[in-house]
Amino acid sequence: MTGSRIKLLAQPLFSQPWLWSFVGAVSVWIAAITYTGGYGAGGMVSATIALAAFSAIVGIAQMFVVTLGPGNVDLSLPANIGLASAVAMKVMGGDDSMIAAGLAAAIASGVGIGLANYLLIRLLRIPPIIATLSASFVIQSIGISYGRGLQVKPPPGFAAATSDQVGGISLLAIAAVAFSVLIGLLLHRTAFGRSVAAIGQNARAARLAGLPVERVRLMTYALSGALGGLCGALLAGYFRGSSLDIGNEYLLTSIAVVVIGGTSVAGGKANVTGVWGASLFLVMLLTMLNTFGVSAGVRLLVTGLVIIAVIVAAGGPRNTR
Amino acid sequence: MSVQSQVAPTSIGMSRLHDGRRLLRAVLPALSLALIILAIWALNPRAISYFGLTLMLSLAVPVALATVGQMMVMAVNDLDLSIGSFVGLVGCVTATWLRDEPLIGVLILVGLVLAYMLVGAMIHLRNLPSIVVTLGMFFVWQGLAILVLPKPGGHAPDWLHGLMAVKTPLVPFPIVAALVIGIVAYVGLMRTSYGVILRGAGGNPVAVSRAGWSLLRGKMIMFGLAGFCGVLAGMALIGLTTSADANLANGYTLLSIAGVILGGGEFVGGRVSPIGAVIGALTLTLAGSLLNFMHISPDWQVAGQGAILIVVLAARTLINRAGVSA
Repeated sequence: MTGSRIKLLAQPLFSQPWLWSFVGAVSVWIAAITYTGGYGAGGMVSATIALAAFSAIVGIAQMFVVTLGPGNVDLSLPANIGLASAVAMKVMGGDDSMIAAGLAAAIASGVGIGLANYLLIRLLRIPPIIATLSASFVIQSIGISYGRGLQVKPPPGFAAATSDQVGGISLLAIAAVAFSVLIGLLLHRTAFGRSVAAIGQNARAARLAGLPVERVRLMTYALSGALGGLCGALLAGYFRGSSLDIGNEYLLTSIAVVVIGGTSVAGGKANVTGVWGASLFLVMLLTMLNTFGVSAGVRLLVTGLVIIAVIVAAGGPRNTR
Repeated sequence: MSVQSQVAPTSIGMSRLHDGRRLLRAVLPALSLALIILAIWALNPRAISYFGLTLMLSLAVPVALATVGQMMVMAVNDLDLSIGSFVGLVGCVTATWLRDEPLIGVLILVGLVLAYMLVGAMIHLRNLPSIVVTLGMFFVWQGLAILVLPKPGGHAPDWLHGLMAVKTPLVPFPIVAALVIGIVAYVGLMRTSYGVILRGAGGNPVAVSRAGWSLLRGKMIMFGLAGFCGVLAGMALIGLTTSADANLANGYTLLSIAGVILGGGEFVGGRVSPIGAVIGALTLTLAGSLLNFMHISPDWQVAGQGAILIVVLAARTLINRAGVSA
């Protein structure tokens, strides 16, 4: 373990995959302000950071699941976010004193979805893709049925908290960065985080080494669900109301930021800094395209092509078998 | 459990049990379809008629085609998350270019199939995770579809509309079409020698490549076939709806994966079943009608499809486990 850490430190900075996403974000920003002649440079940065916080939270959720190893992915995050946004707004009921209860309810709804995902995977022995997919079908229906005609505005205090800024940087983003540092510690310094990576590298070896593989899997899916639920509540505050399709764009985003940020798709290697870099890059890219005033079609086309270009450039894991 | 399954079934009794389990697994898709039809018949006997079935199954043709396309990709251990928006894009091209400028329309559709082959080649050459690449392609196709047809509209070519409204004698057209799709895919993939190689590319890539077959070509062919099925699905869909919308078929991604799995396909190892996939698509299409007859609110339609998927998978697990513990 010490040996690998020394090797990591000895690696030149340029070979760190996460660095490139930050470089990408800054280059896109420079391209955008060159186009506007410097106008709105600061505003662009603060808007990007605020929105990137949401992508980063969902991305971190997906990162934990992906790190569990090949085939592990949480496709229920968008449905989870949609349902949690409705749950949070309904529990808060527009009342400032209920904010904590609403957040707790949203996180609980997410944890419940995570547990359901895990049970499907474990009991039916089906690939996580299909388990989380079928779960998301059911969650969507629960969401539609639960949120019928629901147009509850967030409590004023909550709405303000999700969009307030300090020196141009959204409070939410600052909190999300602080939270990510904790997540980094959880990932690299605790038995749980190390177990997730160990299972992703070789589940059989991890089991033989006596790691509680199934418990770690359970906790990982629950954690992913909880973060999805939290993000749903925060999004409802930021966008001034819940909506079932509020989470739709996060299916692609969550997987894209994980992959672009240098987390191994084959599992076993996670990178929190990279998730942030990739989130800033993707949101900045959208901001730039909006600045250029391109149509929705071109925006989708460019986003898709950029994601493919990045992963083609990065290449997949070499098959050593 | 892994220890038990490594023990080879030696006695005749064991192997007969093994065969029984295989048979049960093989008929499971047909059994679930039969159960759904039976349930619909119990609730409303008149629905199981020529016109009832034509109506209920009309959308099954594009769904079955998309499902067979998905199956081609899953046979080589990949997953195609982009097929939904691809079918939508084909729909938009069909309702605009193919009607107004048939030659350019055909060229665009051929180009789209070639693009699919290119995606397959890229995934193979760079050893990329297909989920990420095809998720990116989902947005590429969707973007192109919006550029082709910014607002819902367009018109299906008359010949296509006529083809989809054809009335076959005795058996409703959707069933005839589903049969043809299933048999063509079955013969091509399961009964030809090159079909075996293609499935082998998913089952044991190392063995297939050491035997001198090109894995790259196999992957390109399978992705190309998926694109071709996607093109047929998009055209069939527009023949039914008569006008197009860029987001018309986004749900087909999930529907097609669910259909393949319902039909007995597996995620890895080249284990797929063309007939099963078509049956899976029919089951999912009829599930919607069944929920309607049960007076279940449309809110729960999606959940119904999810629940059917879960129940069938649970049944399959039970069958597998019964065989292992015996």
